[in-house]
Amino acid sequence: MSDRLQVRKTYKLYVGGKFPRSESGRTFEVTDARGRFVANAAHASRKDARDAVVAARGAFAGWSGTTAYNRGQVLYRVAEVMEGRAAQFAEEVAAGEGLSDGKARAAVDAAIDRWVWYAGWTDKLAAVLGGTNPVAGPYFDFSVPEPTGVVAVLAPQRSSLLGLVSVLAPVLATGCTAVVVSSAQRPLPAITLSEVLATSDIPGGVANLLTGDAAEIGPWLAEHADVDGIDLCGAGATAMELERSAAGTLKRVLRAPAEEPDWTADPGLSRMTPFLETKTVWHPIGA
Amino acid sequence: MTVFEYAPAPESRSVVTLRSRYGLFVDGEFTDGGGEPLQTVNPATEEVLGEVAVGIDADVDRAVRSARRAFTRVWGPMRPADRGKYLFRIARLLQERAREFAVLETLDNGKPITESRDVDVPLAAAHFFHHAGWADKLEHVGLGAAPRPHGVAGQVIPWNFPLLMLAWKVAPALAAGNTVVLKPAETTPLTALLFAEVCQQADLPPGVVNIVTGAGDTGRAVVEHADVDKVAFTGSTEVGKQIARAVAGTRKVLTLELGGKAANIVFDDAPVDEAVEGIVRGIFFNQGHVCCAGSRLLVQESVHDEVVAALQRRMGTLRVGDPLDKNTDVGAINSAEQLARIRELVSIGEAEGAQVWQPAGDLPERGHWFKPTVFTDVTPAHRIARDEVFGPVLSVLTFRTPDEAVAKANNTTYGLSAGIWSEKGSRILSVANQLRAGVVWANTFNQFDPTSPFGGYKQSGYGREGGRLGMRAYLKES
Amino acid sequence: MTHALDPTAPGRPAPAGLPDAFADVTRSDAALRAFLHGLPGVDQVGAEARAAQLGTRSIKTTAKAWAVDTAISMVDLTTLEGADTPGRVRSLAAKARRPDPADDSCPQVAAVCVYGDLAGVARDALTGTGIHTAAVATAFPSGRASREVKLADVRDAVANGADEIDMVIDRGAFLAGRYLDVFEEVVAVKEACGSAHLKVILETGELRTYDAVRRASWLAMLAGGDFIKTSTGKVSPAATLPVCLVMLEAVRDFRAATGTQVGVKPAGGIRTTKDAVKHLVMINEVVGPDWLTPDWFRFGASSLLDDLLLQRQKLRTGHYSGPDHVSVV
Repeated sequence: MSDRLQVRKTYKLYVGGKFPRSESGRTFEVTDARGRFVANAAHASRKDARDAVVAARGAFAGWSGTTAYNRGQVLYRVAEVMEGRAAQFAEEVAAGEGLSDGKARAAVDAAIDRWVWYAGWTDKLAAVLGGTNPVAGPYFDFSVPEPTGVVAVLAPQRSSLLGLVSVLAPVLATGCTAVVVSSAQRPLPAITLSEVLATSDIPGGVANLLTGDAAEIGPWLAEHADVDGIDLCGAGATAMELERSAAGTLKRVLRAPAEEPDWTADPGLSRMTPFLETKTVWHPIGA
Repeated sequence: MTVFEYAPAPESRSVVTLRSRYGLFVDGEFTDGGGEPLQTVNPATEEVLGEVAVGIDADVDRAVRSARRAFTRVWGPMRPADRGKYLFRIARLLQERAREFAVLETLDNGKPITESRDVDVPLAAAHFFHHAGWADKLEHVGLGAAPRPHGVAGQVIPWNFPLLMLAWKVAPALAAGNTVVLKPAETTPLTALLFAEVCQQADLPPGVVNIVTGAGDTGRAVVEHADVDKVAFTGSTEVGKQIARAVAGTRKVLTLELGGKAANIVFDDAPVDEAVEGIVRGIFFNQGHVCCAGSRLLVQESVHDEVVAALQRRMGTLRVGDPLDKNTDVGAINSAEQLARIRELVSIGEAEGAQVWQPAGDLPERGHWFKPTVFTDVTPAHRIARDEVFGPVLSVLTFRTPDEAVAKANNTTYGLSAGIWSEKGSRILSVANQLRAGVVWANTFNQFDPTSPFGGYKQSGYGREGGRLGMRAYLKES
Repeated sequence: MTHALDPTAPGRPAPAGLPDAFADVTRSDAALRAFLHGLPGVDQVGAEARAAQLGTRSIKTTAKAWAVDTAISMVDLTTLEGADTPGRVRSLAAKARRPDPADDSCPQVAAVCVYGDLAGVARDALTGTGIHTAAVATAFPSGRASREVKLADVRDAVANGADEIDMVIDRGAFLAGRYLDVFEEVVAVKEACGSAHLKVILETGELRTYDAVRRASWLAMLAGGDFIKTSTGKVSPAATLPVCLVMLEAVRDFRAATGTQVGVKPAGGIRTTKDAVKHLVMINEVVGPDWLTPDWFRFGASSLLDDLLLQRQKLRTGHYSGPDHVSVV
């Protein structure tokens, strides 16, 4: 190794396709699993969350309006770009989660494969969840799944990359746009992932990642009238209160599991169906 | 000029035997309730139809324990095909006693007998018939090879389609293997209690269906009971939010069918005569007491005058009056409270400067009545364009382009249903695609079918009823 | 007006009595096509649902008595068989005058409808009754003959004493899109009718779609038809409730647009009192009481009258009647 002095990265937020600092000017110290200083990450505020929701809402019509085929290709592109930076991800995951290099690399590989898996779902959902309905009358009647809208995602606290991808990718696969609050203690892979998203073909605003404290930002997202759904995965002890808040605008709520699941398991449709609506269309059949 | 006056054509009440007192249906038996009984009233005459028991917490607890017992010992372990056969039996019994149900529904609710006879009761039977067939095919709902029921379902239903909403709730719940505690609406409990008799005639095992009558407190007790696994509610958005709060942090899964403020969009190339029929069906069907009512008419400016004139002419032929008369089109408003709510919103509409129009004609002196009403010169800022009236009151707005129609249609916190009238197929599909609503009726309105998923976007609730998606709401992946 | 017979003649004026707004409509094939295709479409399912809904009205007691008498007064009592003879026509005319020989209060029918060669027999038998003599013409029922032959047919029937002519449109031309041909033929027939009223048979069973029924209705009205009529009775389906609904909507809208009222005559397939009452309900609720008279609505029927009479007897006596209590023709 050379003795060259490393150029460190400034870890910022990812909102509307850009990398702003927190409007609050706050940062927080990120350490590795052994407590050593790694970086100062932007500490997102409620106003950053507000801006992210605006960005996500603005991006929704375009993202949900692309063809499922196109959305699949864009998600696949994320996997491609991620693959090229696998080493960097592995380093961050190893440091943040205290994993061996091999286990960290396995988590990165699984995360990349998860994008691929969800990329393949985009143009299957309508066939699996929708269909025609044989109504008892002279009508053609069909049901199609459609994305709910803007989804707030409180990412898991422990699995900083695989867990993060496992909660973000399904939301994007449905056609929803996302405002993600990263793991509070292990935020760095979220920002590196943002850089991947920014350089793949995901339109700005489709995925917005905030580093900070879900306990602080979560309530603002749960109460936000322009957020349609919320994944409470990383909400921890605040989950019940957030679900109550979400009831005020009848958000679609994906409850937090009792404890963080094994993210390598096949997730099925369980993380997509909560953020899919069903639209049923009737039309007469006549000459 | 001779006028063709239709002589009164009342459906006979003799098919119905009213009882002076009605009990709760718990564990297969009719029992007293712990609360002060309430009176249920014919809204068309204000005649007291009977006294109905009110369930308190202890009664709800009895019902839930009965449902749990039935779930654990009988209904859960039962062969799925046999569960289906019970539902088929119920469907047939509803058909056999259809007229009795229709007359009782009309007496208790105030809806025209033609609707209870031709819509509510046949559709209720159809829901049981459709869902009966699901009972032994659950591996096909898309939740794995052996999906499991949640357990005890607590269900709270509204007064606008008392029997039909019961069917929408009870049929899928039972088909999936759940047992049920159902709370009918305070003002319309009678057909649910007649349904309890059908359960007895079908030899449905005790505790599989429990019916606990009462008002809001009884419903709250059902929703909040700790041993209820699944909550299903149809009613107002306000109460839906309370329920969502109440189940937060519990293991209960929840589906909600709530309010709406549907746009019914008429383009200038619409089949005008059928569109007018659809507008009428959209807002005056069931006195407008319909969560998916087409209460906001969006008309393309170029045909506004023509459509409104045709609509007013058509409204002039609506026959408002005795719900038991087979020629009545618009019946009674279900309760004095609802009538007051309608009157309040209509007076707000007038105060806001919208032009109100009602057809000529008299209303009966006794009972709760409101004439079919249309407001023109309404803008999206008017309360009557935003608030759910839940009555026979239509607000007419205009638009110029498809984009504007979509923008106005979606400009609501609700998202239950919408209508599109146009002869141009590609436009229909484009607009349908952009509408944020769970049910889109194109060149028709207010059609329902047990195979067709129904439910809302946004604050109209979540979950679907009907078809495979409806079954999924009562099952979990194993 | 002879130029109206010449399809190559340029620029025809609208029939007398129509507002100027309609003058251009029939100026050319293209203009007529644009107008007819610019009429609102008819959604089949919606129209049939509306007709079925009207069919569920429950018409009882006094309303039914009124409806039965009104329906009797609207009947065009019809015989259109190759085997028709003067004797049969006289028998029919006798029944038209006194539908129920046992009951003086029973109204007479509106008209007797026969082939043109028997119109004179009918007229003679009906003299002084106020009952009209209707004759089918224009190569009824197919309409497949040259225009000269059709017009001769009309003139012959009128000369024989018909004061109402039931013509058929050229469905071939209509379905081929030669609307102006059809229009001109109706105009020519109307002219040949002189003072006789013209009923224009659309033969809706061959037009097949409600859109076509609506267009044909407007075409016939623009050309000056006094009535539009569903069917010849020789093609199935003949009169149906939804077809009548679409035609009633057409006469309603035509009057609103032009001020001219046109009558409607469903014919063929209406055999029961129940069917007839459903039609009266439909008139009542779709176009209103202005059309609830024999001047503006007719039933083209033969056996319908017998059922109306049986029902009438039941209403008056309180017990069911039987076919021997109604006269055969």
